[in-house]
Amino acid sequence: MDTGFRLAMLACALAVLGILGLIVYELITRSALSWHAFGPKFFFGSDWNPVEDQYGALPFVYGTIVSSILALLIAIPLSVGVAVFITEMCPKWLKGPLSFFTELLAAIPSVIYGLWAIFVLVPLLRTDVEPALAKTLGWTGLFSGAPYGIGMLAAGTILAIMIIPIISSITREVLSVVPQNQREGVLALGATRWEMIRIGVLRNARAGIVGGIILGLGRALGETMAVTMVIGNRPEIAKSLFAPGYTMASVLANEFSEATGDLYLSALIEIGLALFLVTIVVNALARLMVWSVTRGQPARSHV
Amino acid sequence: MSEAKVSSAKARSAPPQVSVWRRFVNHLMTGVAVLTVLIVLVPLVAIFGYLLYKGFGSINWAFLTQTPKPVGEPGGGMANAIVGSMFILAIGSLIGVPLGIGAGIYLSEYGRNRFGDAIRFISDVLNGVPSIVIGIVAYGVVVLRQKHFSALAGGFALAIMMIPTIARTTEQMLLLVPQAIREAAYGLGIPRWRATLSITLRTATSGVITGVMLAFARVAGETAPLLFTAFGNQFWNLRLDQPTAALPLQIFTYAISPFDEWHRQAWAGALVLIVLIVGAVAAVRIAVSRGTLAGAR
Repeated sequence: MDTGFRLAMLACALAVLGILGLIVYELITRSALSWHAFGPKFFFGSDWNPVEDQYGALPFVYGTIVSSILALLIAIPLSVGVAVFITEMCPKWLKGPLSFFTELLAAIPSVIYGLWAIFVLVPLLRTDVEPALAKTLGWTGLFSGAPYGIGMLAAGTILAIMIIPIISSITREVLSVVPQNQREGVLALGATRWEMIRIGVLRNARAGIVGGIILGLGRALGETMAVTMVIGNRPEIAKSLFAPGYTMASVLANEFSEATGDLYLSALIEIGLALFLVTIVVNALARLMVWSVTRGQPARSHV
Repeated sequence: MSEAKVSSAKARSAPPQVSVWRRFVNHLMTGVAVLTVLIVLVPLVAIFGYLLYKGFGSINWAFLTQTPKPVGEPGGGMANAIVGSMFILAIGSLIGVPLGIGAGIYLSEYGRNRFGDAIRFISDVLNGVPSIVIGIVAYGVVVLRQKHFSALAGGFALAIMMIPTIARTTEQMLLLVPQAIREAAYGLGIPRWRATLSITLRTATSGVITGVMLAFARVAGETAPLLFTAFGNQFWNLRLDQPTAALPLQIFTYAISPFDEWHRQAWAGALVLIVLIVGAVAAVRIAVSRGTLAGAR
């Protein structure tokens, strides 16, 4: 009976392994057709033409990378700032509510972010933010062209809002395991509070914070619905952030269920495979970095 | 730093002197940190504000009791999508919860070894796999074999997403149970499987349930893995092998449509979705903390 129970539990644990195996098997076998047809060229061609059965995924790769980097640029300073405030500066009574509210952001479904972005964020970008950016920073070429509202900038902004809770909750966790006597030691040397935070806390927690940032990156790379709703869904590579783009996840969302023809479907699944491999690597890296600071205690999952 | 040394010599009589510049930087950075908090709170307040304002403005009885009307006709609702969502979630939970809890039991009770570490790491990494990729897998495994979109495929996708999360939270909760309790059980001659189920797991019940609810809340709002599994449906469906409407899918379709009436309903749907998610989590937390389940603590 004991052995039976143990084996049953082992079977459940093996299910986790099985899931990984199933994902890998499905993605590899079903994308083989496209891989044989295009080879590695698939990721460097920029022509996506289902009518002529010609597939190049470069615009999607580009859109995914640019929107994620943009999100990180916005989210990193904000989330680290929030984490530092909550762990180091905040009066005690405010600590609980503030962490609760930032983590509440993580509980909102992606499709609701998208809905909000379509009807609130995009109009705001179109009428106020984008004209202002074009006027002041238009010379860089990053902010030029017609301000549609919908486009790369909107996607990056909504992604940033979505990954802030992840980065800040992990940063907070990492900061809170920095030993208290590190802080006291630096303060005793005559440091101001900020110097104490910079020298005694942030420097010690670097690896963990970077891990949190990479975890946020992983989420941004694979985020589907909110991005699909605001990025404009056009397979183009444009320098301006105002221009519409397309990401790997959103082309799957838009075209997968309508894909006719085996090669078309296989090409889409190959994009899924690439997305899977990239997020696996990114997440494994992030977990290892966070583990190195919190000493094997698993990072508390958000929400 | 040399300045700090000088001032520490004087510190015996007077408080240490901090240069104006260092004090300025200190205040500046405090200000920056406060500013970041305010900036982060703005979208949060805006999202919830709009959700409540637009949602309550658009929700009505018809929305909760009727199926969608054809394009152009006003009225109708998302009743079938609300029920469909619950149906898919029930399928997902039926598959995912037992497997997840089982895996968690294995990890905490038998998994203090290399193999357990591997499973732990794989679970953590699987948590980060984009949900749209899970959708592709469910499409390949269920939809292509059944030859059409179905509620089962949607539930399967959600179950895959729930298992790693539940496994890890269950493990953490079981590890909190003191070793002495297990030993006391063995001392009474209770076999290990029985001790694990009716002592260890029982003691950790509230934590395990909270973990399950968090996983549930996370998948309840998922749209991407349902796009080409459950697919959506304009009508009622409670059959496993038929396409089924789901609330997130319906919100998505309506939000990107060009019709004002549909936009209105998308907001109402979003409000219902949030209320369902928050309500489910809150209800279970209350039940766990003071209801019949409290005895298990």
